[in-house]
Amino acid sequence: MKTEHQDGRAKREDVCPSQKGKLDLTSVRARIDAATAHDEAEKTGPEYWRSLEELAGRDDFQEALHREFPKGASEWVDSVSRRGFLKVMGASLGLAGMTGCVKLPLEPIVPYVRQPEDVVPGRPMFYATAMTLGGYANPLLVESHLGRPTKIEGNDQHPASLGGTDIFAQASLLGLYDPDRSQSVISIGELRSWQGFLTAIRGPLSAQKALQGAGIRILTPTISSPTLADQLRNFLKIYPQAKWHVYEPVNRDNVLEGAKLAFGQPVETRYDFSKADVIVSLDADFLYAGFPGNVKYIRDFAKRRNPDAPINRLYVIESTPTTTGAKADHRFPVRAGDVETLALSLTSILWINELIPVAGIGPGTAQGAEYGAMVSAAAKDLQSHSGSSLVIVGDHQPPALHALAHAINAKLGNIGNTVFYTDPVDANPVNQTESIKELVADMRGGKVDLLIILGGNPAYDAPADLNFADAMTSGKVPMRVHYGLYQNETAELCQWHVNATHELESWGDARAYDGTASIIQPLIAPLYNGKSAIEFAALLSGQSDANGYDLVRAYWQKQHSGADFEQFWRKSLHDGWVEGTAFAPKSVAAKAGATSPSSNSSDDNAIELNIRRDPTVYDGQFSNNGWLQELPKPMTKLTWDNAILIGPKMADRLQIKVEDVVELELNGGGDQKKKASGPVWIQAGHPDNSVTIFLGYGRKRAGRVGTAQGFDAYALRTSANPWIASGVQIRKTGETYKLASTQGMQSMDTPDGAHRPLVRETTLEEYRKEPNFAKEEETPYELSLYKPYPYREEDYAWGMTIDLNSCVGCNNCMLACQSENNIAVVGKEQTQLGRHMHWIRIDTYYQGDRDNPRAFFQPVPCMQCENAPCEVVCPVGATNHTTEGLNDMVYNRCVGTRYCSNNCPYKVRRFNFLLFQDWETPQYKMMRNPDVSVRSRGVMEKCTYCVQRISERRIDAEREDRKINDGSHENELQTACQQSCPAGAIIFGNINDPNSKVSKLKAQARNYSLLGELNTRPRTTYLAEVRNPNPELKG
Amino acid sequence: MPQIFHRSTNTLSRATIFGAVFVVAALGWMAMEIQRSPYITYAGVRKPQPVPFSHQHHVTGLGIDCRYCHTSVETSSFAGIPPTKTCMNCHSQIWTNAQLLEPVRASYKTGESLQWTRVNQLPDFVYFNHSIHINKGVGCNTCHGPVDLMPYMYQQESLQMEWCLGCHRAAQKNLRPRDQVFNMRYHPPSSATPVVVDGHSYTDQEELGIALIKKYNVRSVKDITNCSTCHR
Repeated sequence: MKTEHQDGRAKREDVCPSQKGKLDLTSVRARIDAATAHDEAEKTGPEYWRSLEELAGRDDFQEALHREFPKGASEWVDSVSRRGFLKVMGASLGLAGMTGCVKLPLEPIVPYVRQPEDVVPGRPMFYATAMTLGGYANPLLVESHLGRPTKIEGNDQHPASLGGTDIFAQASLLGLYDPDRSQSVISIGELRSWQGFLTAIRGPLSAQKALQGAGIRILTPTISSPTLADQLRNFLKIYPQAKWHVYEPVNRDNVLEGAKLAFGQPVETRYDFSKADVIVSLDADFLYAGFPGNVKYIRDFAKRRNPDAPINRLYVIESTPTTTGAKADHRFPVRAGDVETLALSLTSILWINELIPVAGIGPGTAQGAEYGAMVSAAAKDLQSHSGSSLVIVGDHQPPALHALAHAINAKLGNIGNTVFYTDPVDANPVNQTESIKELVADMRGGKVDLLIILGGNPAYDAPADLNFADAMTSGKVPMRVHYGLYQNETAELCQWHVNATHELESWGDARAYDGTASIIQPLIAPLYNGKSAIEFAALLSGQSDANGYDLVRAYWQKQHSGADFEQFWRKSLHDGWVEGTAFAPKSVAAKAGATSPSSNSSDDNAIELNIRRDPTVYDGQFSNNGWLQELPKPMTKLTWDNAILIGPKMADRLQIKVEDVVELELNGGGDQKKKASGPVWIQAGHPDNSVTIFLGYGRKRAGRVGTAQGFDAYALRTSANPWIASGVQIRKTGETYKLASTQGMQSMDTPDGAHRPLVRETTLEEYRKEPNFAKEEETPYELSLYKPYPYREEDYAWGMTIDLNSCVGCNNCMLACQSENNIAVVGKEQTQLGRHMHWIRIDTYYQGDRDNPRAFFQPVPCMQCENAPCEVVCPVGATNHTTEGLNDMVYNRCVGTRYCSNNCPYKVRRFNFLLFQDWETPQYKMMRNPDVSVRSRGVMEKCTYCVQRISERRIDAEREDRKINDGSHENELQTACQQSCPAGAIIFGNINDPNSKVSKLKAQARNYSLLGELNTRPRTTYLAEVRNPNPELKG
Repeated sequence: MPQIFHRSTNTLSRATIFGAVFVVAALGWMAMEIQRSPYITYAGVRKPQPVPFSHQHHVTGLGIDCRYCHTSVETSSFAGIPPTKTCMNCHSQIWTNAQLLEPVRASYKTGESLQWTRVNQLPDFVYFNHSIHINKGVGCNTCHGPVDLMPYMYQQESLQMEWCLGCHRAAQKNLRPRDQVFNMRYHPPSSATPVVVDGHSYTDQEELGIALIKKYNVRSVKDITNCSTCHR
């Protein structure tokens, strides 16, 4: 091993490529321009690139390309010197040989006293339940091993999931077992009991009885639970003067106000993407977790991306790069304030022969000829697909734009075809910003005697101008109670904190985006004797010892009057939803003259500030979740931090480099200046004169994982401008901050440069002319020094296809894999060194102009090469081929030479450089999949096509004397990534069966192998991407 | 200066050099023997148990089938250890005052599980599945030994990888008809005790084994010696 530092103390900055010589745009600008030169002859850069460094062809990128792990990953960089380390190692090596001779310790075996009837030890059971995000239920099917939930899947029979999940659902498993969760009732720093709390709250509650509850305020997040809403309404009957406030930072106020503008009443808008031929997204990121109904929308959208069937077309006008924009056939980056302008010009074209119901807006106010052309093309496209088109607006866009979209959809005849209106899913649809404003005013006015915060963290995430924490502790609110999963920033300011149960521990119910009610059933008894929200609410109404099961059951008994209630209840629990509870579409009449332009006075020169929910930690409620923290954010591939996103043009102009810390200053109303500072990330495709920051970071009391990661973007968020603000000042502080982005890591090298791109794509027009565009010349089968194995004669030959057209880059597969295969979290420092452990990664490739590149996602698991380069170099035979074509990894044989990963052209092998797995914390022991070995330090690991699932299914099939996945057992065997992929992009199966789904896909013209020219004969292949651009907009 | 060592030591040193080969070999042999000895493998070792349960008494004496207690052996990877309730099915009626059974009664009364010591123990990186072995005609006593004659349960075989592979590489040596799997007094075919399968009488194990491999679709040696068959 070559050391660059004679003192043996290599510094992180010196060994980490992302730290050394940050992207200096002024010096490489010329190269970037050359790389993207429109003139083919002058073009120097690669056609598809993953980072701006790569585009510029910088030396450090080239170096990274040729290394198995990023530079520094394999070097010793801890504070112990290399010499000291070797001394210790020498001594331990003497003993190391002995570890093979350990005697197994005696192990207890503990049977039940009375074994539950259905439990078969060794076989998992599955229960249907749900988890909520922003009030919306995500229907789940949870795997349980002897009472321990170990894996979350989507409920494949539920209309809102169809088997898919999102990243938050996958990660909620880690949330359940988080050792930092609140474990007891606390009062002013002291451990108390539930009984103690009951005694303490009884006084204030009975005192309020006389006042009709005039001093009681309940603050909840968005609630769709019919039972809980019913309880709270009953509570308000007992205490008629009490008030129920609702606040959640990622709320849908604009959607609500938009509906009120258009129809005069709150309605929920539901979309049917399966019927939409043309989709125009006005800053709506509907293909990403957190958007209500995204799982179903992704499924429907992906189904319509098949180039051999009628394919849809997606136009995206967006203010910050998102995965939805990446999937667009036409993407138009504009500042958030200009989205409305474009929408209005779109409207004017649609209404060209009619009275424009938007006062004061004439046709053609789009900026620039390009946008003008695109708007008219999109409008024409919409018009020619009346009834089968769809216009969707982002939650952060102003109400007027939502109202406008309702009008456009009505005009196009989409209502009832692709757009449906229903009753709101939110049980208490109020303007949440107004609601919390009112609460703060009441608190400051001394009207609040008893504040009950039923979940949420307003002290951290309420609008900055309200100073919620200050209002709470100003001495005018005598009794403050916080109920929640964590002892967070808000709990700290309350006299009482009651520990909540996780949704996997409690009884409850919730509605999915279409209104379907799911019963939430617990998978495990509360780990820390917490109380569910329903039990807590029952206490307020005087039922202090009611249990969740009885309460939920009693509510549904009221709803279902038939004599067959028991049957109804059991069926609802079993299926995971209550039949007939989906909201029926209703017809709503547009209010006359409803739409009016918003006061859109965005100054072209002022820099716009976009505040968005974070792609992985959401609003901050997931900041203590290591899986989500380490999950690369889809576009930036940042982990463990939020950053200030700016476009390349703006970075040039302001002379800002990646990782420069800048201070953002915003006039927060009055003379109040709001400030926040954080590191910059230059994001290709970000609109000019605009910055994007993400919520959810800068937590002060999140837990061991989340505290003090990133910067607090809430500091800039005011009640007037929660999402989009104008006139933000940027000031360089001169400091830098190290970010951990995985974007340039694990880059694959193409032997002949850019001529055989790793990600292959074409347009629909070209595809129809040349369907075999992605194919390459097959290398002859015998072209190997090793004797080929007759795989085709086996019963099974496992293979996989990944459809790049369907994949929306949602990251769900990465977390599904992490959960299924017990993959460790490594932390920010180790991620910077490129030591993250994800078995499947999603590479994001960009193509074209850096100001508006097209983007492509490519999930990369182990290719299970038939001619696997890793196997022949292993000196201990720890990686071998099975007869079914799997590239086995035998952890207990591996001695950690890393020759295999050095020889892997796909860079999919992961090495446990340190003891990354937590072997101590008891909670994590319960979480792990018992069917997969937990790997220790010094062991290589990688994707195995979920061999534990293959083995299990095969044993089941053999016991019944049949084959896996035969006619009556379709889909019984799925890999973890495949099972919960909302897009259905990953298909796995037996390629020796010509009728299997995977065989049929591999026979398609679009099928190609990654780096197939190396003759590795990968079993994982890709279906090339086909985009459907508007022929009118070519060029 | 006189020589320190007398000439006769030459012979000694030659013998020592020659002998060192044997010493090293002996050390290696010793390590191997220790590694395969009951000290390491627990084969034949009676581990401490809370109740001195006698398989001999229950199986041979009372004729209870294996599956009365090990209920999931045909359907799951894990054969199952009977819950206290299973013991109490009978022992609430008979031997109700036996001192030996006090821990069982206590467990039933308090709801605290009995804590047995695992007898047949595999390392955590080995994934063994009972149901598939039963299904392919591997008898209980093939691996577990004469449990019906064990007053105090012990592990019969080493359960080391070479022992597993011994059968995975030549399954025909051990297979028996499915209906004989739980028969603890099953005799392999011989001219004295022929085994009849599908009307054909076998007197040779090898012959029977090969027939059963075909009949039960036992996968090829290559298939069942893949690493991931047992390690994941």
